[in-house]
Amino acid sequence: MLKDQDRIFKNLYNDMGSDVKSAQTRGDWVNTSDLIAKGRDWIINEVKDSQLRGRGGAGFPTGLKWSFAPKEVGSRPHYLVINADESEPGTCKDRDILRFEPHKLIEGCLIASYAVQAHVCYIYIRGEYFIEGQKLQAAIDEAYEKNLIGKNSAGTGWDLDIFIHYGAGAYICGEETALLESIEGKKGQPRLKPPFPALIGLYGCPTIINNVETIAVVPTILRKGGKWFSSLGREKNTGTKIFCISGNVNNPCNVEEEMNIPLKELIEVHAGGVIGGWENLQAVIPGGSSMPLIPKEKCETLTMDFDSLMAEKSGLGTAGIVVINKDQDIIKCMARIARFYKHESCGQCTPCREGSGWMWRMLERMAKGEATKDEVDMLGDVTNQIAGHTICAFGEGSSWPVQGLLRHFKKEIEERNNLDPIVQKKNNIPYLVDQHLLDKKNA
Amino acid sequence: MSLKRPAKNQPETFEFSSPSMEEANKIVSKYPKGKQQSAVMALLYIAQKQNDNWIPLAAMKYIAKLLDMPYIKVYEVATFYSMYNLSPVGKYFIQVCTTTPCMIRGANKLVEACKEKISENENVLSNDNSCSWMEVECLGACVNAPMLQINDDYYEDLDKEKTIEIFEKILKGETPKPGSYRGRLNTEPENNRKTLMDVKNA
Repeated sequence: MLKDQDRIFKNLYNDMGSDVKSAQTRGDWVNTSDLIAKGRDWIINEVKDSQLRGRGGAGFPTGLKWSFAPKEVGSRPHYLVINADESEPGTCKDRDILRFEPHKLIEGCLIASYAVQAHVCYIYIRGEYFIEGQKLQAAIDEAYEKNLIGKNSAGTGWDLDIFIHYGAGAYICGEETALLESIEGKKGQPRLKPPFPALIGLYGCPTIINNVETIAVVPTILRKGGKWFSSLGREKNTGTKIFCISGNVNNPCNVEEEMNIPLKELIEVHAGGVIGGWENLQAVIPGGSSMPLIPKEKCETLTMDFDSLMAEKSGLGTAGIVVINKDQDIIKCMARIARFYKHESCGQCTPCREGSGWMWRMLERMAKGEATKDEVDMLGDVTNQIAGHTICAFGEGSSWPVQGLLRHFKKEIEERNNLDPIVQKKNNIPYLVDQHLLDKKNA
Repeated sequence: MSLKRPAKNQPETFEFSSPSMEEANKIVSKYPKGKQQSAVMALLYIAQKQNDNWIPLAAMKYIAKLLDMPYIKVYEVATFYSMYNLSPVGKYFIQVCTTTPCMIRGANKLVEACKEKISENENVLSNDNSCSWMEVECLGACVNAPMLQINDDYYEDLDKEKTIEIFEKILKGETPKPGSYRGRLNTEPENNRKTLMDVKNA
């Protein structure tokens, strides 16, 4: 287990209060101006040394992302945008940072703004987190009052303004370009990349977008050194991470732990074990609903970091662990996730808009045992038609969980859905068969 | 994409009250000059708050004029995002999370409680016209599942009995205490805490 002195978020459960005074006793804002006096290159190098990877799901190296910002500020100002649109089912880590460690986030904003030469920072909070937003606003007001941000922030000579922008219940706005569209006052529909936001982002200006947790750990990394951070976890998967353990466990909780911690330790030690005992475990969704589930056999030895989960054809994502025990109907669980994606698709790309609804309806029927034998493969085919054929990663996010279900629980689906196909010989009626299937045969 | 229809009975006109106007001006000033369109989401919230928790079409036209943008762009935004109510809802607006993490911990019991105490169907006002409820997608409090939101507040770690207690309070016009209903501290593991012990109850 991670030692308490190595924990970054000491107020994760709000034992000590979130105001600026108690934040200072925890080490925030202590020597911010000294850190910034060491210069832009030192900050970016230290973050690169720490091998910090983005905590929002994709795991992109943070130091590298910052170095993409133009070195000189041209005619267009730079912006820093913080993604606090936490909507991935199974994830509630940013909420605790916004509520209980807002000063870590604000200080991180100042350092990151300096590193990428931004004078304005927008924090995009999902609309449902209204109370959390108010708490963050109170902390921002406090910081202005103490001159920690604003003109000559914290005595660093850098001017910074931080504004909160509320979303309004759209999951897709967690996608970085959709988030920018939303701040610009439009529908949250993702943009094509390239151009990447680091060059053409908010209002067409260079913009760096980071997750709340990523930014909030930066001040501590700079204080304790990139070496300290990279000594935790393992190569390329360093540092600590807040894990959210929900679902069928005895004590669901958020906990900060080292990367590469065994999944079994997280569930058994921190979350008090699976309801009904470890033997009653059916499957685990390891990183928010977008990530393919992992069956029980693999959970025994699985460790939680980006690369080891990738090797299992899943992903760490946001580290929102949903534990599903044998009392649950796994097909129904996935059908509900498919409904979530159907509801949240922005409607811009046809494969996702239509396909997410198809997946949901097929899974609903499969949960009831009303599907035919051939539909199981058809469902897999639909997921392949969506993934990789959309503007943003929502296509993958919606089809991966279904693919995970098919990979590990195909037998269960086939047992329940035993009806004969409606069309017996599909070769003779090509107008009912998807064109691409015919093409494959002729190729 | 969720289907949203504007209400049938629409007021003729809409105007910001002076406190709303003050708030709106403050928000517009957060964005660079010429980018006042960015304020549209916040202004829709203000309109919603001023107009008993729903946005009439007249308000969209008014905001469009105020921000110097086409009406259809405001309409697009108001219909795209799910938190803008385009038809009247109860003074207590109850949103029950039923996505998988809540579902497997018994969110359907909360829905049952809504059906018994508030109204048989979603988006229908209760008998005294004070409450309405709907199922929503993940509200981002999965560790405290099952949970629901009433207006701005989160009510966490619920079961059917506790939900009914909460509803009885709001039906009497009281505001129940938000937060965990099993008495645990935020997102800590209940009775099983192994970390940060030296600061506990500090």
